Amino acid sequence: MLLQVDGLRKSFGRRQAVDGIGFSLDVGEIVGFLGPNGAGKTTTMRMIAGYLEPDEGSAKIFNIDVAQERRRAQERVGYLPEGAPLYGEMTPWTFLRFVAETRGMSREAARHAVRRSAQDARLGETIDQPIDTLSKGYRRRVGLAAALLHDPMLLILDEPTDGLDPNQRHAVRDLIRKLGEERGLIISTHSLEEVDAVCTRAIVIDKGRIVADKTPAELRDEHGSLERAFTTLTGGEERV
Amino acid sequence: MKKRPGLASMAAIYRREMLSYVTTPTAYVFVAVFLFAIGLFTFQVGGFFETRRADLTAFFAFHPWIFMVFLPAVSMRLWAEESRSGAIELLLTLPAPTWSLVLGKYLAAWTVAAVALFLTFPLWITVNVLGDPDNAAIFTAYLSSLLMAGAYLAIGTVMSALTPAQVIAFVLSVLISFLLTSLGLPMVQDAFRDVTGGPFAEAVSRFSILHHFDAAQRGVVEFRSLFYFGSLIALCLGFTALAVDARRGG
Repeated sequence: MLLQVDGLRKSFGRRQAVDGIGFSLDVGEIVGFLGPNGAGKTTTMRMIAGYLEPDEGSAKIFNIDVAQERRRAQERVGYLPEGAPLYGEMTPWTFLRFVAETRGMSREAARHAVRRSAQDARLGETIDQPIDTLSKGYRRRVGLAAALLHDPMLLILDEPTDGLDPNQRHAVRDLIRKLGEERGLIISTHSLEEVDAVCTRAIVIDKGRIVADKTPAELRDEHGSLERAFTTLTGGEERV
Repeated sequence: MKKRPGLASMAAIYRREMLSYVTTPTAYVFVAVFLFAIGLFTFQVGGFFETRRADLTAFFAFHPWIFMVFLPAVSMRLWAEESRSGAIELLLTLPAPTWSLVLGKYLAAWTVAAVALFLTFPLWITVNVLGDPDNAAIFTAYLSSLLMAGAYLAIGTVMSALTPAQVIAFVLSVLISFLLTSLGLPMVQDAFRDVTGGPFAEAVSRFSILHHFDAAQRGVVEFRSLFYFGSLIALCLGFTALAVDARRGG
């Protein structure tokens, strides 16, 4: 099993952000996290990526517990944080070199990895321009390239297409589909159309819990459309 | 592929910080301001020429007071900026031990301080042209100044890890540095002596950065002072690592 998540819980002060999330993921699956803002998607992803420690429960990557053996687990994960924070004064080339070398790669290996992932993320000409001067779409791609550097089996991408124009979104989706053939992916998104386009499974999260874990087709069959599924499952109808 | 992942990560962090210092104007501005301030104090306030002595006493005497303002400005961004920009999430999801991140950043800041100190060499040349100073003593004084700079930077580093606001990190670092330094001032010690008696005042002064720096300025490197600066740095960096790790707890 690539990823096994059991009973994850996390609270911030009195707010229970994640309240018992469990699921598993195999190679070849692309799971979409769906849910309203504040549902706990990002917190869950952060715990799997080893940025936050869970209060309870566990996430295991190839049976390595993220909280117990954080660094060993992190060697197997590529993570794109929400909003793709980067160092603006660096160029994609120096930034990716930095990430690769911090991951412990030798200079030679780092150079090779940067070239490959820059190509995969289609950074093209921008590789030597300061990140601050790049468009949002290219910055997202730099973040994506950073997540791909060490060729991880598990990729966690928090809103990978947020704020991109339709062409860029299309390109990133193609890349995600391609990556998902030999890896396991978790992406979070607000776009139901995206779930339909790339995900093999949709996990709907509301108030820190999983309210549905099905294929997009199953969700559509049960509720008529993905949009109806989303609003019914996350209680959107009552609030309107 | 990797033998000592911690060291490789530390080196990568160090290189990134140095790159950031040299590609943004901040480090240049800091070093220029430092050199201007140290020159102003040495010549105008310290009366470098008026003392008519071929030594650098007038120069080194101002180091603690200039460092405590200058160095927090160098260290304030180290961690605060990571938190503010969100890049800390990226750093903490890399498989690098926390100490390697803390040390890499700290050593980069210390390098900036070392460069600033190095650039005061014209003064050293000047005293050698004007007279025949004790160069071994000057060398010792430079080393102890560098060590003291390390202590101020360590204080600044831990403050930077405690808040995402650079300005708050700066103000708190200056405040704590000032307190730790001024404990060694004669007037502060007199005040302690009046209230608590001599032995206590003596003990308090031993916790002062000034006390240990002054000892080294007399040309003697005491093990006690090395131990003092070393443990102050280790303590602050240890707390920094704890503060950075505490983020994982949410």
